[in-house]
Amino acid sequence: MSTQTPPRSRRQRRRDARDAAPGADVAPLDERTPRRIGFRQTLGRWDVKVSPYLYVSPFFVVFAITGLFPLLYTGWVSLHDWDLLGGQGEFVGLENFSTVLDQAFFWKALRNTVSIFLLSSVPQVITAIVLASLLHANLRARTFWRMGVLLPYVIAPVAVTLVFSKMFADESGMINALLGQVGVDPIGWHSSPFWSHVAIATMVNFRWTGYNTLIFLAAMQAIPQDLYEAAVIDGASRLRQFFSVTVPMVRPTLIFVVITSTIGGLQIYDEARMYDTMGQGGNDRQWLTVTLYLYELGWRNTNLGRAAAVAWLLFLVIVVFAIGNYLLTRRVAGEPGDAPNRAARRLARRSSR
Amino acid sequence: MSAPSVPMIRQTAGAGAARAARRRRNAGVGSERRPRWLTYLLLALAILISVYPLYFAVLLASSTSAQIAQNPIPSLIPGGQLFTNLRRVLEADIDLWQAILNSVIVSTATAVSVVMFATLAGYSFAKLRFRGRRPLLVFVIATMAVPTQLGVVPLFIVMRELGLVGSLWAVILPGMVTAFGVFWMTQYLESALPYELIEAARVDGASMIRTFWSVALPAARPAAAMLGLFTFIASWTNFFWPSIVLGTTNPTLPVALQLLQAGFFKDIALIMAGVVISVVPLIALFVVAGRQLVAGIMQGAIKG
Repeated sequence: MSTQTPPRSRRQRRRDARDAAPGADVAPLDERTPRRIGFRQTLGRWDVKVSPYLYVSPFFVVFAITGLFPLLYTGWVSLHDWDLLGGQGEFVGLENFSTVLDQAFFWKALRNTVSIFLLSSVPQVITAIVLASLLHANLRARTFWRMGVLLPYVIAPVAVTLVFSKMFADESGMINALLGQVGVDPIGWHSSPFWSHVAIATMVNFRWTGYNTLIFLAAMQAIPQDLYEAAVIDGASRLRQFFSVTVPMVRPTLIFVVITSTIGGLQIYDEARMYDTMGQGGNDRQWLTVTLYLYELGWRNTNLGRAAAVAWLLFLVIVVFAIGNYLLTRRVAGEPGDAPNRAARRLARRSSR
Repeated sequence: MSAPSVPMIRQTAGAGAARAARRRRNAGVGSERRPRWLTYLLLALAILISVYPLYFAVLLASSTSAQIAQNPIPSLIPGGQLFTNLRRVLEADIDLWQAILNSVIVSTATAVSVVMFATLAGYSFAKLRFRGRRPLLVFVIATMAVPTQLGVVPLFIVMRELGLVGSLWAVILPGMVTAFGVFWMTQYLESALPYELIEAARVDGASMIRTFWSVALPAARPAAAMLGLFTFIASWTNFFWPSIVLGTTNPTLPVALQLLQAGFFKDIALIMAGVVISVVPLIALFVVAGRQLVAGIMQGAIKG
């Protein structure tokens, strides 16, 4: 290195220049005064100026075309008569919205979606936190256990649903047979609205609990050890440690998981579509979800205008729920405990800064 | 252990301290302790629940339909019909070979393109300076929370205008970039790529793209591999949009499974054989790369 004097000194000069101008890092590379302005230099300067934009542009271009534009254009479509085959019809104002809001099916779909969402997210988050705290222990073969809980994540929801809909079959299903062996009457896993929601929520939980467990586990590993030591010295039981140290400390993660599962959970489609052969949400539409209803309006009834209206309504519902859940989670997980806990939390907050 | 024994603590510091010390030794503190059998039992139960539904599919796929109708609870030992059923489903009207090929094409293309564009954009956001960098990055992060699935209606109209309905391009194009990918690579490169390396390359006369190619790309490899894995899985398991735009003639695997269910609903063994076929590639991937998946989720959680 020391033999290569010219490059070294050049770099040195540049470094001096950078030190003189704090905050300048990469782009100013070529701002050193060129001795003679030739084609190469001009080209090089353009390279520096344009490249950053060039590199981020694929994302923005593709996202604009396939993400942002469709989302906004949904609003335009929703204001028109728009047939799947016939294309754009006349402007109808908010008629699509008022028609959809008058449909009993829409409200049924909304109720079902919220019910399935609650049945999946609440037990899922609780199970995930408990599993994470089990995995947080100093286990033997820890990678094995972590991979084990994650396994369902790689199974497509469609495949999961085919398996579970057989297990949950009303007549010849395994679950009802097992229940029969312990003397419980068969449950209408398909015929009953509530139990069909439970079955569909079970499939969602099957796929996502392990994933969220690992997210919570990562959060738990970031909790400073002295908090637990302090709790032990104060005589806190393991259960108490869990509720007074672990849960409050993973609160930001809890909020993150709840928000993402809200956005995903309210769009549930695959499981509801595949839960029976007809794919219409059951005879009585007892497990029709909003997204399934959107599909039905748009591609079975060929009314894209109304489907677009449903998409916008669902978007609103998601926003409302995401905000509501954010506020709720913040309160539930942030319930002020007794003074020592608050002190511990304050300590933790300080040390995490 | 150099720590004083519990009786000694009782003598020197009183009964309360001794009780605390004993509890600490027995229960341990945080992740120091070796857990008791109950922890292992509960975890084993969790893993059993993870694995059994898959095994259930294998059990049903290796039985005859008569056996399935007879025993709602399948025996734990697979029957001998697995290969018969696999052959039957592969020879069925629904072209599963085509579906497998389609899924491989779509998932690979999406994964490669997401990794490529996310690394480019992430490098730019993390290490280059340009006007509008902050607001653009904020925009990327904001779009992560937007449910783009709700744009299906216009997306379908656009794809039809382009004549792409029924073509794999209709599935690949919207999946080519993800906001999450850009965010992920930005986060990673910010910490993993020292400015000195970039400067060294520039001083040596490398152009911007050459610098990206020979300095940033190698540094990004671990995070890029994880991003590729997650994108591949998401694409492989995706159903909603492919089922709308591909139709029945050119399905990916999940769409083909739906067609199987609709066409052969009485033949559970055949359907389950289809499930097994659709699941095996990702299980294989999971066996090879499961560690990376676990690490990826846990790293994402810390940064996200």
